[in-house]
Amino acid sequence: MRTTWRPGRWLIILPPLLFLLVFFLIPFAFAFKISFAETAPRVPPFTDVISFTRDHHLHLAVSLGNYRYLLTDEVYGVAYLYSLRTAFFSTLICLALGYPMAYAIARAPKSAQGLLLLVIMLPFWTSFLLRVYALEGIIRDNGFLNALLLRLGLITHPLHIMRTSVAVYLGIIYSYLPFMVLPLFATLEKLDRTLLEAAADLGSTPTRAFLDITVPLSIPGVIAGSMLVFIPAVGEFVIPSLLGGPNNLMIGRVLWDEFFGNHDWPVASAVAIAFLLLLVGPIAVYQYYNVRQLES
Amino acid sequence: MERSSSTLLNSVLFFGIAVLYLPILVLIAFSFNASPLVNVWGGFSTAWYGQLLHNRQLLEAALLSLEVAVAASSGAVVLGTLAATALVRFARFPGRLLLTGMVNAPLVMPEIITGITQLLLFVSMVQLLGWPHRGFTTIVISHVTFCTAYVTITVQARLASADRSLEEAAMDLGASPTRAFLEITLPIIAPAIISSWLLCFTLSLDDLVISSFVAGPGASTLPMVIYSKVKLGVSPDINALASLIVCVVGACIVSAGYLMGRSDRRRALETQLAGR
Repeated sequence: MRTTWRPGRWLIILPPLLFLLVFFLIPFAFAFKISFAETAPRVPPFTDVISFTRDHHLHLAVSLGNYRYLLTDEVYGVAYLYSLRTAFFSTLICLALGYPMAYAIARAPKSAQGLLLLVIMLPFWTSFLLRVYALEGIIRDNGFLNALLLRLGLITHPLHIMRTSVAVYLGIIYSYLPFMVLPLFATLEKLDRTLLEAAADLGSTPTRAFLDITVPLSIPGVIAGSMLVFIPAVGEFVIPSLLGGPNNLMIGRVLWDEFFGNHDWPVASAVAIAFLLLLVGPIAVYQYYNVRQLES
Repeated sequence: MERSSSTLLNSVLFFGIAVLYLPILVLIAFSFNASPLVNVWGGFSTAWYGQLLHNRQLLEAALLSLEVAVAASSGAVVLGTLAATALVRFARFPGRLLLTGMVNAPLVMPEIITGITQLLLFVSMVQLLGWPHRGFTTIVISHVTFCTAYVTITVQARLASADRSLEEAAMDLGASPTRAFLEITLPIIAPAIISSWLLCFTLSLDDLVISSFVAGPGASTLPMVIYSKVKLGVSPDINALASLIVCVVGACIVSAGYLMGRSDRRRALETQLAGR
């Protein structure tokens, strides 16, 4: 019966396939092309890479200058490394905080699970920009945290958190924690409880059973959650821009300034392409585990 | 051992939840502060909310954002449902891997990359085809792109767990596959479709980075206006605006969650009854 459906199939497959192809995948080709252009005082502000001469010959004007610039101006190297380091350590802290949270939800009674998940989900979907802004209200010099600590007598002078690396870390952890908890919960919930009981029957301590059974079986969740935090965090713009100081140059911020500040579209494209090459590995890992999890 | 470890787990859970909610609660509390100083409590007042109504720039941006959000989530729901149907129902077709990849990649792709690549596409398209001019259209197209991913994931999960035998029974009784899908399967996945519409609505309403790239010089969405104000520091009228948005978005999410939960419960009940 299904074979009679074949022509109709394409009416279902083609609209999303073509839309995403044209508006998600093909744009990367344009960015790749423009990363080889040069800035020019015109609209749009770059030279043609591919053009046809008057006698219909294809003319290529490829400039490697933008990439050479990325390699020679040390701002870019510093920003890439800083972004990777910040995203890496934020991911580790999110994992350390998110794993026990997900585990606690997975062990909570079924009736409470729905509510707890909603409580975690709610900030996950709530305005990212406004949450970063709200965090500023907590950590700034005359903010809630300092007022509380001063009142409690734990500190005598307000802590300077805003415009430092600490603020960027707090911002990323605060914003991305739900991304870590949800996939971890998904794997921990599916965990077969009888395996733990069997381990206990065979004389294993709960700690041992946790390390030997729960942790290995939750690895797909750990990887999915870590990638969901790490990849967007590397390219984060709002957090370093609102909470960080001038020294907290993350690559997203450099790209933004290159584009909106210097109006150098070709260099901004080159930064994006170089950045994307850096992310291909992590994205492939995420896709691999994601597809495997969907199929199971 | 067992008990102490679960106390520890629960305290981490509640600490985490407190961390997630405290900033928002403080923000809402201070939006009712009569004092214009953001760190001193000067009594209860709703003055900042009243002031929002007189801010033309904010109102225009809010209107644009709402229009974009409605258009983008509606478009994404159609494309995402089609993509989910294709991925769940058709085990193999040319381009399946490509579609899977393109549906999942926007979820992790840094917004700044999506934003700049899409802008470059739009600019090149205008040169070649004379369309689309930057503004409403380009913002909607960009938002549909990342929203489609969320719709596909949500509907895909629901569709995969839907009982196919009902649809097969309808077809055995002479219904065309299209009719069987529209009359049997679509109502089953409807809660997933509605809740993903609500989620897309909130995502679109919230987007700053991608919109900033593709909006062009003429158009400003609400987050773009808020961002330019927030850059200058914390202010009480932004607190009021932020509280309003957080409440609207929160209501959307809670109803989306409720819809999904209710249909889950009803389905569980129906299966129980059918089993008897």
